[in-house]
Amino acid sequence: MSAKSLVEEMKRGLDAPICLTWELTYACNLQCVHCLSSSGQRDERELSTAEAKKILDDLRDLQVFYINIGGGEPMVRRDFFELLEYSVANGIGVKFSTNGAFIDSEKAQRLAAMDYLDIQISLDGIDAATNDAVRGEGSYDMAIRAMENLKAANFGQFKISVVVTRHNVSQLDQFKALADHYGAQLRITRLRPAGRGADTWHELHPTNAQQREIYNWLLKHGENVLTGDSFFHLNALGESLPGLNMCGAGRVVCLIDPIGDVYACPFVIHDEFKAGNVRDEGGFGKVWKESDLFLSLREPQSAGACASCGAFDACQGGCMAAKFFTGLPLDGPDPECVGGDADEALAIISRGSEPKPSMDHSKPITLTRKKLSVSAAN
Amino acid sequence: MTVALESVLEIHPQVAVRPETFGALAYHYGNRRLIFLKHPDVVTVVQALNDHPDVQSTLSACGVTQDRWPSFVAALSSLETSEVVRERQIAS
Repeated sequence: MSAKSLVEEMKRGLDAPICLTWELTYACNLQCVHCLSSSGQRDERELSTAEAKKILDDLRDLQVFYINIGGGEPMVRRDFFELLEYSVANGIGVKFSTNGAFIDSEKAQRLAAMDYLDIQISLDGIDAATNDAVRGEGSYDMAIRAMENLKAANFGQFKISVVVTRHNVSQLDQFKALADHYGAQLRITRLRPAGRGADTWHELHPTNAQQREIYNWLLKHGENVLTGDSFFHLNALGESLPGLNMCGAGRVVCLIDPIGDVYACPFVIHDEFKAGNVRDEGGFGKVWKESDLFLSLREPQSAGACASCGAFDACQGGCMAAKFFTGLPLDGPDPECVGGDADEALAIISRGSEPKPSMDHSKPITLTRKKLSVSAAN
Repeated sequence: MTVALESVLEIHPQVAVRPETFGALAYHYGNRRLIFLKHPDVVTVVQALNDHPDVQSTLSACGVTQDRWPSFVAALSSLETSEVVRERQIAS
């Protein structure tokens, strides 16, 4: 079977997700301006420990190999280690994303003693000024401290996870050097206009010239750098980047949010992309296999306005979530179309008329957020 | 190691195989790699390796005709490289 027909098979959906993201809580000690899930405060409807374990039982039965745990800040949950251990004991590997605030030396040792565990420390700038402007005051030191503790505990190869913005594209080489310094692996992902990111995307997303810079950098370093296959829209620039060149939403990936709602991917927390809830009869498996939304995503999709573009096979029209939250039609170009085919449409969408995330768990306005709006205005 | 008809193989103990319509997905918990097994017959053979003395007897038992053996040996070689299968270890 050729690589192309394999992608066609995957577009028709798999019996269970390859990669499932599970946001454990909306609570977070930080308030990043691009947070995909608009996290900050806990939701009182969040899943209990028993409910979370029931999901893990379902995922084990579906033979989901590993899950990506996030939030919010997942380590805020009091049952965090209990759920980690339960998952691994059931043969489900865990990769979790954290801002590192709670990885002190004792926790680092506890994590280092576990098998089948990956950790991603989020860092969006190579220095405190760049990072803290996006992730909040003190968050750079917090991340570095966690890396130091993991290194001291001999955790092994953790990941440093960077969301690429206009302000850190020029730092990619330095991020790579930092990862090498810690014996870590670098992961860079695309900024999405989801959650609070919808409010800051226009100011933070890379320019078109920077997109070419990212593409060239990935061609050079791609084999050793993880991307979650998130930059496939850049394939229209030429040779394909490593990875699956397709949108996996509802086909090979999905999201379970803290209250058990199942969405097509981590970037579309909106009623329109909600497939069901794990508390529904039949649980997660029934949502994955039978929900109308997921079944429709597994049907052949129209290329729409992109049908006549020679680059469509390479970029697949880009990211559904990026189009949706910038107010663009789903069967047209990505807002960051490297050919500039979305520029005209974007220009006439009045700011504020785009679809808004269905939920917002942000804390009341904080100093950090005020500060960013000031620096963005400068 | 070069895989041949007389090789004695087993599924790597750190690998989980999940059947799919196109074949199967294999996940290696050690190196965290996801591998695609792109033909259902290859999946059948991989899953039967432990029950037979060597590759040739596995292929026969799975009903793979002799003309297809070379391509199955090639497929098993590539799976050996990605550590989905390995030389069978004698249980100690």
